[in-house]
Amino acid sequence: MNSVTASAVRKTQLLTLVVIASNVVGNVSLSHGMRQVGKIVSASPLDYARAFANPWAMAGVLVLALWMISDLALLSRADLSFVLPVTASAYVLIALAGHFLLHERISAQRWVAIVVITLGVVLAEETPPRTTEGAPEHLL
Amino acid sequence: MRWILVGIIALCNTVGDVLNTAGMKRQGEAELDPRSVAHMVAGIFRNPLVLAGLGALAVAFIALLSLLSISNVSFAVPATAISYLLETLLAKYVLKEKVTWRRWGAASLVAFGVLMLSW
Repeated sequence: MNSVTASAVRKTQLLTLVVIASNVVGNVSLSHGMRQVGKIVSASPLDYARAFANPWAMAGVLVLALWMISDLALLSRADLSFVLPVTASAYVLIALAGHFLLHERISAQRWVAIVVITLGVVLAEETPPRTTEGAPEHLL
Repeated sequence: MRWILVGIIALCNTVGDVLNTAGMKRQGEAELDPRSVAHMVAGIFRNPLVLAGLGALAVAFIALLSLLSISNVSFAVPATAISYLLETLLAKYVLKEKVTWRRWGAASLVAFGVLMLSW
């Protein structure tokens, strides 16, 4: 592998880590904030806007904005069918964070689910990140 | 109510991710220095595929907020399980990615694991 390819692979790996970490931190923070806010099922945007007065919800939204940008950057470098399973490790970390930080109970079945998802992540990581060249012209 | 929200999230996530992938591939590989990131973000606002994709994801996000407020995080986030298989299918036939047995296996394991989380 030449140095240009190695550097490209490292950038893709770094982006993958940013996508996973920001997904976990953003969702845990937002979930914590939304539970302090209470139930909202409403068609009015104002009811959702009020939720952002909560600092945890606000912080969660900001970190999820970073997640969105890093996810788009990653999709510019890697296949969707690679990005999806690999970034699913966020579910495992979110469940663990829910357990250790928000004190949610994890049943035996959820522990099995966590192992199954982890196997999927490992399997996807063994494929090359990108299998296409250029853009999908037929869509443009 | 929960399951209606789950359906909206799955559908909008799938459409959004496929449009975003196509749009970002057209924009070219992103670099990581601040100048390139700023350039990439500016490019997104002139990229109709990504704008449409983000619109679909915004709808999914509002549905997710509702779902998070009536159930806990371990239920709400994995509610998108179905979209994993649907997105892998569209990645193969619409985005023309080489979806090998490893990728199908990975998507299936993740989708199954995510469903188990919400049982």
